[in-house]
Amino acid sequence: MSATTTVHAPSSKRASRIDHLDQLEHRSVHLLREAYASFPQLAMLWSIGKDSTVLLWLARKAFFGHVPMPLVHIDTGYKIPEMIQYRDRLAAEWRLTVIYGQNEEALASKQTFPDGNVDRLTCCGNLKTEALRRTLSGEGKRYRFDHTLGTYVVDTNREPFTGVIVGVRADEEGSRSKERYFSPRSGENNWDVGDQPPEFWNQYATEFAPGTHVRIHPLLDWTELDIWEYIERERIPTVGLYYDRGEGERFRSLGCWPCTKAVSSSARNVGEIIVELKSGKFSHIAERAGRAQDKDDGGGLETLRRDGYM
Amino acid sequence: MSVARGTAPVSSRPIRFDEEGLPFESEEKNEFQRIDDPAEVEARMGIVIVGHVDHGKSTIIGRLLADTGSLPEGRLEQIKDLCARTAKPFEYAFLLDALKDERAQGITIDAARVFFRTPKRRYLILDAPGHVEFLKNMVTGAARAEAALLVLDAGEGIQENTRRHAYLLSLLGVRQIAVVVNKMDLVEGKESAFDDFARDLTTFLKSINLEPAAIIPVIGRDGDNLAIRSTTMSWYSGPTVLETLDGFQSQGEAVDGPFRMPVQSVYKFTNDGDDRRIVAGTIESGRVKVGDEVVFHPSGKRTRVKSLEAFNRVAPAVAGAGESTGFTLAQQIYVTRGELATLAHEPQPVAATRIRSSVFWLGARPLEVGRNYTLKLGTARVSAHLESIERVLDASTLASVTGRTSVLRNEVADCVLKLRHPIAFDRAADLAATSRFVLVDNFSISGGGVVREALTGSDVHRARARTSTSAPLRPSVLWLTGERGAGKSALAHWLATDAEHAGSRVELIDDDTVGELFPAGGSIAERELRVRRLAWLASRLEAHGAVVVVAIDSPSEEARRFARSVARDFVEVHLTAASDVLEERRGARAMPEAYEVPIQPELRLDTGRLTLEEAGAEVLAWLEEWSSNS
Ligand SMILES: Nc1nc2c(ncn2[C@@H]2O[C@H](COP(=O)(O)OP(=O)(O)O)[C@@H](O)[C@H]2O)c(=O)[nH]1
Repeated sequence: MSATTTVHAPSSKRASRIDHLDQLEHRSVHLLREAYASFPQLAMLWSIGKDSTVLLWLARKAFFGHVPMPLVHIDTGYKIPEMIQYRDRLAAEWRLTVIYGQNEEALASKQTFPDGNVDRLTCCGNLKTEALRRTLSGEGKRYRFDHTLGTYVVDTNREPFTGVIVGVRADEEGSRSKERYFSPRSGENNWDVGDQPPEFWNQYATEFAPGTHVRIHPLLDWTELDIWEYIERERIPTVGLYYDRGEGERFRSLGCWPCTKAVSSSARNVGEIIVELKSGKFSHIAERAGRAQDKDDGGGLETLRRDGYM
Repeated sequence: MSVARGTAPVSSRPIRFDEEGLPFESEEKNEFQRIDDPAEVEARMGIVIVGHVDHGKSTIIGRLLADTGSLPEGRLEQIKDLCARTAKPFEYAFLLDALKDERAQGITIDAARVFFRTPKRRYLILDAPGHVEFLKNMVTGAARAEAALLVLDAGEGIQENTRRHAYLLSLLGVRQIAVVVNKMDLVEGKESAFDDFARDLTTFLKSINLEPAAIIPVIGRDGDNLAIRSTTMSWYSGPTVLETLDGFQSQGEAVDGPFRMPVQSVYKFTNDGDDRRIVAGTIESGRVKVGDEVVFHPSGKRTRVKSLEAFNRVAPAVAGAGESTGFTLAQQIYVTRGELATLAHEPQPVAATRIRSSVFWLGARPLEVGRNYTLKLGTARVSAHLESIERVLDASTLASVTGRTSVLRNEVADCVLKLRHPIAFDRAADLAATSRFVLVDNFSISGGGVVREALTGSDVHRARARTSTSAPLRPSVLWLTGERGAGKSALAHWLATDAEHAGSRVELIDDDTVGELFPAGGSIAERELRVRRLAWLASRLEAHGAVVVVAIDSPSEEARRFARSVARDFVEVHLTAASDVLEERRGARAMPEAYEVPIQPELRLDTGRLTLEEAGAEVLAWLEEWSSNS
């Protein structure tokens, strides 16, 4: 007798009625609502880029057209002007609470790149990471969009944010694939990758010790393509910089003008970007051509490691 | 072609930054993930591969990646080449082992994602093999998985982690499972040995309510019966591993079950004249439509659904399992987060304060009889007291051990929990999704479990019953005082949340957060004035029926006496801790003036000795007693 094993007939109780994008949307909405219910001092980071703008849109989904938490934008002072215009237009149209923060000291003392005294990396550390840290903790000044005046005023509220919603995706980079949806951080923003809380059954790390905060990642399961397809489906307004406007170039990701490079592409709208992504035009970006071949440095794991292995 | 990420160049530098200005924590690029791959649009099925260490999980994953052509081009040759040059025999497990080495502590790549594909769809391996210490990751991965492969070594048979993992799959609710019997090349008299094996396995799995879709003999190292049918085991006529996986269903949602929606929140955003009051949540099972009569548990309140609400789409007439939704009600009834929405004509859940449950424990500190934990089930959150441990399962034998008073990390046990107020749930046997809970020990999720049944000594309610023990707290000013670092803020937040869930109207005044709005100058007198102002504000809120939780240093006895004089019911809770504990907690935030220890507080608690949950439970117990005696 041989083992007779059969594959189960599918249970008729289960039927997929909602598609892939719906599924992603529902999960993200659930996470946003959990965050809102759990953290009285909650903020959402808005970089103006496509990911965090999708996040903003999902917040409108979660809260039925409203966005009941401040959107924090870190203005490096080097953002492409079109990004700032777009930010303020949406702030007014969607009646958003937008707060921006800036590392004014570093800008004043020109601890910047390339027109200042430091290299790219230090510049990023000053204008982004440090500015973000100080804005979230309340140590740095916050500027809030005043809807009556139509301009930014100094915000009197300097309470630290204990919950921060961030639009990172697991597919962006190796270490992010290890992220949890709710990720506790120490006061110094440290992340203990080796000892993360377990996360299951829609229960998340919503309790947190004083002096710590929690980062919430509702877009963890989304890919770049999902983002664009969702933008198309929902008709979410995006910055024009993402599209080719006749120069044969477009931005694939947005940042400061001195360090943001366009990619050559003739995609003029969301639909064309999707076609471009599906055609695999960028599918080998993640591969760092050439390096895998430099085998004469002793080989072994060192080489593999640098390759990220596989 | 090169594409800038828009920030720092990708180089050997230690940190990089992304669009949000957040540093990437490491610089490695994840090449598993080719994000622009067209196949990404296809359906993906998340799977986990579990089993005892060395039974061949990594080998099987490596082989599956290779045999389905899912490795980046040339990479397999490169590794073989590397092995040849370092005089190591090539192993498929090496594909993952080498990767593991490079990650911290070298045991697992956590919930990192590895893909392989068949013509039918893509598979996402949610968690690669881990050691027993990494059960947290296995649980995280398995809870998200739609299917699991349980790997075991034909030579060694059922081992400790085979049992443990199988049991966890069962508890976690992973229903689609295949057993992979590996290393069949080492077995004499393969066919009959396998049959015996399959019989034992089936019995064992059945005992824990698992029914595998297939039990498959494989030789992981050679790829036999993984992607390719074995030629050496032609006596086996069942499906290969890939055929079995392809036969699994992408799990849609359980729309045919009774309607269950844990209430996440009730929203009323008044901006721009919006007057909708929306009950929001994610549907766990069943469906709801406009006009349905809904019942909320444990309050038992009921009314009809007036409308389903949505943003940027036509308001739907019906919403089903898996959807995050929201609806308005025909009558304005008071429901809160933590209740379970159901339909009147369908089977009803149970509400109780004493439950028997099966629990798995992941916390470094044991789960102990007599301690309090925070239990979270759906959106309900309640303080839970571990009353007794009925039996602990010995993972290596699955025999029950009785007489234990604690459950250690990675153990599974049946225990009785007493809840401070009733919550609604289904029994695991009736509806798994709404039977599942987690236990929080001092801020972190430390265990999970399912409710087996409600017990007497508890208020068991079916629909409509109004619960008694969940009576909202009576209005009062709950004044938490103590030196910096005593834990006032944390306890205040915990109490406010708990009381809110029990249906009280709560107002929280935390000096750490409202301080800015009531600025005080540098002098002691000015700071004392602030304490008085907040005390007065608290008394006003109390007068309007709120339970006001105040967390404030309030070092002066004089000021506290004032606070007591303006309130109707003043409950002074003095928090203390040993001086070294205080020092460690407060860091640089020393008290600017001497703290005058309260002479006769209603309660004094040592937060250095109690967990947050325990301190909270003490306060609540005091309040309940006080409420019922006056
Ligand atoms: N003889 C034999 N050895 C195998 C087979 N599959 C795996 N192994 C060996 O078993 C050992 C443990 O395998 P590994 O995949 O690392 O196990 P894991 O700890 O479950 O991931 C390795 O030395 C493998 O070469 C097989 O089918 N036959």
